[in-house]
Parts: sequence; structure tokens; C-alpha cells
Amino acid sequence: MANYSTNEFKAGLKIMQDGEPCAIVENEMVKPGKGQAFNRVKIRKLISGKVVEKTFKSGDSVEGADVIDVDLAYLYNDGEFWHFMNNDTFEQIAADEKAVGDATKWLVEQDVCTLTLWNGNPIAVTPPNFVELEITETDPGLKGDTAGTGGKPATLITGAVVRVPLFVQIGEVIKVDTRTGEYVSRVQK
Amino acid sequence: MQRSLNWQPSATLETLKARAALLASTRAFFAVRNVLEVDTPLLAQCGVTDPHLENLQTEFLQTTYYLQTSPEYAMKRLLAAGSGCIYQLSKVFRADEQSPRHNPEFTMLEWYRVGYSMQELIAEVGALLQATVNAPPLQQMTYQQLFMARLGIDPLAPNALAQLQTELAQRPELRDWASAESDLDTLLEGAMALVIEPQLQPEVPLVVTHYPASQAALAQLDPSDQRVALRFEVFYGGLELANGYQELTDAELQAQRFATDNARRAQLGKAQRTGDARLLAALQQGMPACSGVALGFDRLAMLVCRKHYISEVLPFAIDRA
Repeated sequence: MANYSTNEFKAGLKIMQDGEPCAIVENEMVKPGKGQAFNRVKIRKLISGKVVEKTFKSGDSVEGADVIDVDLAYLYNDGEFWHFMNNDTFEQIAADEKAVGDATKWLVEQDVCTLTLWNGNPIAVTPPNFVELEITETDPGLKGDTAGTGGKPATLITGAVVRVPLFVQIGEVIKVDTRTGEYVSRVQK
Repeated sequence: MQRSLNWQPSATLETLKARAALLASTRAFFAVRNVLEVDTPLLAQCGVTDPHLENLQTEFLQTTYYLQTSPEYAMKRLLAAGSGCIYQLSKVFRADEQSPRHNPEFTMLEWYRVGYSMQELIAEVGALLQATVNAPPLQQMTYQQLFMARLGIDPLAPNALAQLQTELAQRPELRDWASAESDLDTLLEGAMALVIEPQLQPEVPLVVTHYPASQAALAQLDPSDQRVALRFEVFYGGLELANGYQELTDAELQAQRFATDNARRAQLGKAQRTGDARLLAALQQGMPACSGVALGFDRLAMLVCRKHYISEVLPFAIDRA
């Protein structure tokens, strides 16, 4: 993998740090008038998800990370692996529990997810921003309540728990924003 | 039509009016003090030897010309020619410098006071800040005092290198480069820019004096303590605002500084820069004892207009230039 000099740093660049592939979130040059310049960089560790700050002497190089994002459709879970398929080439990739992480509660068959591959292996799965899931469990709501008065918890078919308005019932399908985990609307079946 | 082109100014028109007023009040400040305004060339056949400054360059009649990083050399030649006290509001250029606080082309306010000591010039910087941005009185401490106060490390002690390495390597964000760094000045500059500066109180203008001799740049060494130079910097509002010297006037010492700079540049893998022979010739003829300071005018405008990005005080920052 190529090395990158600090002057090539920009948000989104993938580099190796502490033996882990990372994405640069923010890069800022710190340059004293007469002194050595530094790059103060925020990086997101792609496996642990941790965001950390690092500094580099400007002009230094760091190893790049062979990290790419691919869009793949979710197929099924076999108990150990989650299987995804490229809808164009039909090539399949299996991601383990560590890579899927919290995304597991938003996985809907046929939905296209973004898989982050490091050296060809999946290290992270990002579900679509919005998914539609059926409610399997929630308290019966009060009739006539249409405004959000705090709502109630509802368990979805994948096990995710979302706060929903009181009028939403078991068996209904709702749209959820996976980035915030918030209820968006009911979906007409 | 190209809708996406950023043709509009990066500063608001209101800010540009405040900037114009600041230019006017700066000129008024020097007019009443009988300091002569000059405008020296920005294109010169010599660049700067400073290890951490890079000139942009261009060509004229098959000769390389360097866009000046500061008008210092030319202004010193005017001083040697008997100009008396002078100031300049000049565009200057620095390659590779872009950040929320840096634009590769920016405006420098630089002035020289014949017969002034470093301390007298510091007082005048304080007066300028008071007159233009209504700053409170300057606080002052030495570089050594600042490091002792903030890190408990004496930058002039023989064990400063090991102490700084240990101190900086304790910080996860600095550890990777600091633990492997064997150059004292790089560690000092890193500690200053990345640890100490962010801790300074933004509302207090702070003057730091007596930089280590290895960071003298073009300042005289302190006759009473050769470990330090008569160099000062001003920090205010979270910005490095100004850098000044009781100026080196000795041609031979100046030639040595050029050589030291180039040796350091070689260590850093940077191109050699010819020391400006015209400056040396002027110093040989005799430059009067003086002190001089360079102040980032755009940063002054950022303070006046309470802006956090230099682009917000420039008509068109580099990404729209």
C-alpha cells in the first residue's frame, strides 16, 4: 500500500495507525511562524470505531490502509456469519459478528448496505439510512393519541427497540432512521 | 451558467469595511509617530533561508524570483541606506501554509524602529494593539518562565531534550513522533504549538521573550546570557500574532545564520537557499541598531471582527483566488 505524506491528508483518507486501519475525520495544519509545522488530525479507527487525535510532523509519511467501501445487498444470517451479495456480479461476502456490530438490528433482507473492506475483508457494515421493520411487541396505545407525547418502546422484528408514538400497534411496519435509531413514520403495507 | 463556482467573497462586505478601517487606523498609528511607510518588492532574486519557511517562486527573463515570505531583507537594506524608522503593510507568500489561521498569501504589518531596544518595541506593539483592537495591557514572560510554568521543564537545562521527550510521550496524541524525536528545537516547537499555546488565556495578550539561541532567527543574542536571543512573540486571542527581534546587525554573524539555516535545511531534506548577498552587503556597510517586528495583519482583523477563520477576513481566500 502506498504511503501518504501529511500534505496529502484530507478527510476520508484511509491510513494505518497503531496497527489498525483508520479514516481521517479532520486535518488541520498547526504552523508556528518560525517553527516546525505539525498536522493535528482526528482519526476514526475503523475496527473499534474510536475517534482519537494524533499529531504528525508535517512532511512525515504514514502507511496507507487498503480500505474500500462497497455496496452489497444483505442476504441472510447463518448463525455465525452475515452474508451479503454484490447485485451486479453476484459475488458473495460473509461478515462476522465483530464487523456487523450494532448494524445487526437494522439488517433487512435485500437492503443494500455499505461494507467496509480492509485488505478484502469486511470490518464494518453500515445499514441504509432508513429501514422498514415490523413491530413484534409494544403496549396497546391509547385511542385518539396522534401527537408524540413521549411515546412508548416498541420491539422490532430484528430485536431493535425504538420509541414510537402511542397509536402505533403490533404488526405495523415502521420506517426508522438507522443513524439516530429514531422512528420516522408508519409505512402503508 | 456555472452555479457551483465560488465567485463571491469569502468575507462579508461588513467585515471588509472593518478591515479597511483597521488599515486606516494602523496607518494613522504610524503617521503620528513619524514612521515612514514603504513598499518594497515582493519579487526578489533571493528567497529566505529559514528552515521552516518556503518561498513560492516564479521566473522573469530566465531568472528565478522568489515571492517574499516577509519584507524583512529589503526593509533592512532601506535601514542601512539611512531610511530611519519604517513600516510596511505588505502582501507576503508562504508555500504549503493553509489552515483556518493560514492563507498562503496574506498581509504582513512589519516595522522597524531605529535605536529601540526589544523592550521599547514590545511597548509599542502593546500601544498598537490597544489603539487598533482595544487590547488590554500586555503580559510578559520569558520563554523559560513559560515552559517552567506550563510544563515544569527548563528549556535551557542540559537535560531539556530527555525531559521533553518523556513529557510529550505521555500524551497519546503526541507520542508517536515525540518519543522518536531527537531534535530539541522540534520538541520545543511541538510543545509550544501543540501543548502550551492552546492553554494560553485568549483574552490576555501575552509577550514571550528570550527564545533559545537556537531559535534566534535574525535576533541578536542576549549580551548578558548567550543561551537566549532578544526575540519575542505575541500571542493573543488564541493566535500567534507577532514575532520581533532586537535585530542582528553584524554581517558576519548574519552570514553564519544563513549557513546554520542551510545546514538545518539539509538535515530536514529541504533545498538549499542562497543567503541574500545584498542584505549582507548592506549590513557590512552598517545597519543602525534597531528592533523590528512582523505582525499578521489578517489575524489582527480576525480579532477585530471576532472571526475564527482567516478566510472570513480576506476578500477572497486561496480556494476562491
